[in-house]
Order: sequence, then structure tokens, then C-alpha cells
Amino acid sequence: MNVDREKGPRDGAGRGNGRRVTLAHGAGGRLTAELVREVFLKHFQSRHLAPLGDSALVPPGGGRLALTTDGFVVDPLFFPGGDIGRLAVCGTVNDLAVAGAAPAYLTASFIIEEGLPFEVLERVGLSMARAAEEAGVEVVTGDTKVVERGGCDKLFIVTSGVGFVLPGADIGPSRVRPGDRLVLSGPVGQHGVAVLSQREGLGFASSVRSDCAPVAGLTTRLIEELGPAVRWMRDPTRGGLATVVCELAEETGLDVFLEEEVIPVPSDVAAACELLGLDPLYLANEGKVLVVVEEAAAQRAVDLLREAGQADAAVVGRVEEVVVRTPGGTGAHGDRRPEPRPGAYLRTPYGGTRFLERLAGEQLPRIC
Amino acid sequence: MSRAGDFRDPALVKALVAAVRRDVEALGRPVTLMEVCGTHTVAVSRSGLRGLLHGFVDLRSGPGCPVCVTSETDLDRMVALALAPGTVVVTFGDMVRVPGTVGTLEEARAAGADVRVVYSAEGAVRAAAEEPERLFVFLGVGFETTQPGVALALREADRLGLENFCILSAHKTLPQALRALIEPAAGGDARGGDAPGGGRADRPRLDGFILPGHVSAVIGRRAYDFMADEYGLPGAVAGFEPVDILVAVRELVRSVRAGRARVLNLYSRVVREEGNPRARAIVDRFFEPCPAEWRGLGTIPASGLKLRPEWERFDASVRLRAALEDGLARARARAQRTGHERLRRACRCGDVLRGELLPPECPLFGRSCTPVRPVGPCMVSTEGSCAAYYRYEGRGDRV
Repeated sequence: MNVDREKGPRDGAGRGNGRRVTLAHGAGGRLTAELVREVFLKHFQSRHLAPLGDSALVPPGGGRLALTTDGFVVDPLFFPGGDIGRLAVCGTVNDLAVAGAAPAYLTASFIIEEGLPFEVLERVGLSMARAAEEAGVEVVTGDTKVVERGGCDKLFIVTSGVGFVLPGADIGPSRVRPGDRLVLSGPVGQHGVAVLSQREGLGFASSVRSDCAPVAGLTTRLIEELGPAVRWMRDPTRGGLATVVCELAEETGLDVFLEEEVIPVPSDVAAACELLGLDPLYLANEGKVLVVVEEAAAQRAVDLLREAGQADAAVVGRVEEVVVRTPGGTGAHGDRRPEPRPGAYLRTPYGGTRFLERLAGEQLPRIC
Repeated sequence: MSRAGDFRDPALVKALVAAVRRDVEALGRPVTLMEVCGTHTVAVSRSGLRGLLHGFVDLRSGPGCPVCVTSETDLDRMVALALAPGTVVVTFGDMVRVPGTVGTLEEARAAGADVRVVYSAEGAVRAAAEEPERLFVFLGVGFETTQPGVALALREADRLGLENFCILSAHKTLPQALRALIEPAAGGDARGGDAPGGGRADRPRLDGFILPGHVSAVIGRRAYDFMADEYGLPGAVAGFEPVDILVAVRELVRSVRAGRARVLNLYSRVVREEGNPRARAIVDRFFEPCPAEWRGLGTIPASGLKLRPEWERFDASVRLRAALEDGLARARARAQRTGHERLRRACRCGDVLRGELLPPECPLFGRSCTPVRPVGPCMVSTEGSCAAYYRYEGRGDRV
């Protein structure tokens, strides 16, 4: 492929001039350096990144270290409300945040399919930089690899994150007690529908924008204000809110009840779900957090989230002592399960109760 | 309040549940109803109605999820087509995870097959028009509701002169299946006596049917009159909101109390007596009735649709006959070798659907038939009787 090196982008995003990434850009030579400089260094402003050493050397922070890593392979790369770059920052930052940590540093590894337009990479880089700034993290080291056409799908990003556990944070399943409340920071289902509508060309759902955003500001505020009254947190990404409450029940050995009536579902998300036979409780979110708080602190948690701009934050459920036990320790089908059997349940507005389960895989649209 | 809102009004739902309970108490025994349609099943489950009615109305899920009743033979055919060189199999999403004897379409995709999910048959035609060098096979699965869409897609493929588009028709039609379901229980001594086929006198038979709103929009209310006229069973065509479903339950319970069998249309905002003749006409143009194999129920005469001979250029079972025969022979050999054939014969889903057997009484339940490795349709569907029983066991007091 003919690469015009003379006309490299000089400023701003979206100036790829039609250039495409070639295998040579991943060979570790001059072109690789150029790619890193032109696309990434320009956007990621960090004094730790600038020297481009083999490792970033960063000063120690206070408290325990929180570490996490995540791979991002979303298709399409751009969707309403976000893109793979923003997702790669928010996803990792949010994993640190729900561990009770203040995110500090990110690493970013790019696996690029040969032929990807420079312009795409620039847009992604700029978006990552903006999201990192929003989240208060620095991208301090990274890597780029270029693979042959078909070796990956356009662009994969792997980010790792380092954060420092906040003083006063005491978070974990063992701290959850019956009576604790579930507080949700906002409406569910937007990211799942936004990505689906782009992927499948569903025009009617195109008004839905992904909620992709860092939640570290919210979690930090909750911990600073409420301290150990915050018991457990998770971001309901893949598998949605339902999956997260199933995890909560499993990890704590307690029953978890959600109240359907108070779970915010935007009307356009609800409409798309109805048409496609999807359940909003199982759709991915990328900018929400579910927090288990002591009963007495629940309203305060909602108020804090609302003050921080989360207008739809609400108490959506509670933790209860397990009631259901396996009769005699054996099911009629010989399936021996230890008692008690904690579960996650949804109370419907009609007073009915529905048992929530993890999905076997991705949620599939139903025809019937 | 929005229109859907009225049909979801919690106060109305509670009042209806109370009314149903009073009627059942007056009757003096619990009532067993079948909701025939998969969408009803999901609505019942999502709204928690099954739990609200627990103890006085037993809602059973019928054979109305087209994916769940697709036979393993048809699934083996689909996998064979997916693995044939040069083909692209295009399907509705929920087909990809249902196992035949040789695995699922999802597994075929992992093995290199090109399996794509669409939201309409028209999407499959569009894809075929874009890639003329590959043969696109659309999996025609569904009841009367989806068939007109498939017929329209065929009309479009015909108009475009597409040579690389065909369908594998595994379409099902409902009335004959309902008849087959009623027949063994009702055939001997109507509802109550010892029916042939292992039925028991102490088991509640089906007392009536909640009939599918969308299918009925096409075939019309009249299509079900035979249930009342020939078998003395009441039915109610219902919409899909909680209030719709509960009104149907209330009317059916009242019919049982009054000893009166009628088929009511409680979804008149969508369903007419005669249905939608135009939709049926476009389906008739391309398809004709044929016997169909239903998972768990066996072969039922005139309960399926195949392409008419004049449209055989769109018929995958003609165009890809060799690949299908090869694939099926391999599947059969494998089923024999692994003992799967024996399992399939031992499956009692038909009896479970008819209300003659409780799921744990099936010899396969929880042993060789589980939600992860289902044999019959009642375990394939997450809300099928067997899958629900497997999951909810021990939670009866909470759900």
C-alpha cells in the first residue's frame, strides 16, 4: 500500500488524509514511532508517557493498590454516545471505581487490523484522551501491534488500570447484611440498545445513546461521604442489572429483591426492547453503578448521586435473609444443592415475583 | 396514561387476580389453562402472573414457541446447510442456540460456518442481493405471524430475480397442533376419565386455552371454533399485556364454572373473526400445507408449510438436496452411536404439554435432559414447563 509520509497529519483529529495503517506501522521501526507520536502522544498528555520508556515510572500513591485489565472488541467502533476508545477508558476506570479505588493510571494496548484508516485511529485516540481527562486518569504507557487483514476486526484495545483504594472504603460481599438497600445511579439499557441499533441498522432505535461514562467521581463521592455504609458496588455492564444482582446473591449468600416499578428504563429503550423481544434488565450499561448501602444511608446515597447529576438515581431494591431452602437437601431431580439457596428476584408492579437468572450467553432477540 | 399503561395498571391487575380467585374458590378446584403462545409465556413470566395465580390457576406453557418446537431433524438440516461450502445461513436470533443431534448453529459458526442473525426475512434478501457469489439460505421458522413476512421476502427475491436466495421451510401452523394436543386427552373419555397414553384420572386436564393474539390476527378467531364445538373446551384470544392475559383467565374460569365452551375474542383491538385474508393470500401464493415434525409431539398432519412446486428454485430442500441428505445421514449415525435416538424416543414432553405428566415424572428430567442439554421443547424454552420446573423447584413460596 502506498503511504504518503510527507503529508502526515499536523494538527487536530480527523486529518488522516486517507492514509491507512500498514503492517510496517507495527514493525517497531520508524513508522511505528511515527504512528505513536502522531496518533497517541499528541492526545495523551502525561509526563510519565512522554519519555516512551519500556515501563512507565510513577510515584507511589496512598493506600492499597487496585489493579484491573479489560479487552475491548466492540463492533461497530463508533456508536451513538461513544466509541471503542471511550469504552476502553470507562470500562477499566469503572472496574477500579467499584472496588472503592480512585483510578490513577491506565495502560493501553492497540491491536490494529492492517488497512485501518489513520483517521479512525485518531478519532479513537482523541476520544480516549477526553474520557481519561473526564475520569481523572493518565494513560502512562501503551503498545501498538498491527496484524494482517482478517487477523482481528478493525481495532481491539486492551487497557489496564491502577488505582488507589480510598481511605474509609470497606467494600466486599462479606459486608452486606439483610436490610441493606440497592441504589442504582441511573436508567438501564442504553448502551446495549445503542450498540445493537448501529450493528443491525435498526433505524427506530437510533435515538438511544450509550451511557458510556466514568463513574469514579460518583463512587468516590459516595465513599467519602458515607464511608463504610457503602458495602458493595458493581457496574452493570455485560449481562446488565439482572446479572449483577445474581452475582450479589451468589457472593453474599443472601436473597436480593429488585422492585421493577422503580427501575428507570428510558422510553426509547423500552420500546426497542419490546419490538426486539429483549429484556432491559439484561442489557449492557457502561456508565452506571449499583451500590449496596446500609439502610439508614440509602436516601443520602440517592441524594448524593442526584447532586452529582444523576437525576434518575433511585433505591431499586433490598437484600434479605434467604428463605428458600432445598427441601431435604435433594431436589426431585437428584440435583443436590447445599442449603440455603440464595437467589435474585424481581417484584413486579402487580405484586408478582420473578426469579432472575444469569443468561447462558448473549441475549438473543426472540421471534416468538 | 398511555394505551399500554391501561393494560398494565397494577390496581386493575390486582382486582382481576382477586376476581379469578373468587371464581376458582366457587368452582371448588384449581383450574389448568394453557397459554399457547411463546409471547404470552414470556409476558406471564415477566409480570410475575404465574406466581400471582399460584395455587388456584395453573398456567402451562404450550407448544407456541416456534423455536422450541422445531424438530431435531430440522435443526440437523439447518446445521448441514450451514456447513455446506459456499452457503450463508440466515436466521432469527433465538435459533442459533437450540441443539439438534449434532449440535447448534452457534457451534457450526464456531467451526467456520457463515451463520448470520437478522430481524426479518427481508434482511436476508438484502444480504443476498449484496453478495451474489454466495448462496443465502433463510431458515423459515415461525407460525402464522411470521409467514407473511417470509412470503413478502420471497416476492421481493422473485422481483429482483435473485438466484442466490432460498429458504428452508420449517414453518408450523397452529390449529392442527392444538387439535393433536387435545385429541389424546379428550379422545376417550373427554376431560377427566382415564385417557389413552398414560393419562391419569387424578390429574387435572387442561380446562381451556389462552389463544395467541398475533397468530389470531392472521387466522381469525373462527379458526379455533373446533375446540369448543368438537371437544367442549373454552378458548380466549388474548393480547399480551398483563390485563389482557388476566381478563382471558377470568373469562376462561367463568366458562369452566358455567360449563360453557366458547371461543372468545378478547383482543378485538387487533383480531377479527376472519383474520387477515390478505396476509393469508400472500402465504398461499408461495406455500402449501404439509405434515410437520414437532419437537416432542411427533409428526402432525397438515401442521407445516412447504414451498409450492412452482417456487422450487427458492426451496433449499431441493437446491441443496445432496448436502441435506449427507448431513442428515451423519446426524442419524451419530444419534444411533451416542444413544441420542433412544433419548428422543423416551422424551415425554407431549404428555407434559397435555397435562398428563408432571415434569419430574419424565424419566429424562434433570438427568439426560437439562436446560443446558435439553431433549424436548419444554426444556428448550426457558419458560417451558420442564425448564421452569427445574429452575423454580423449591422456590414455590416465593415465585
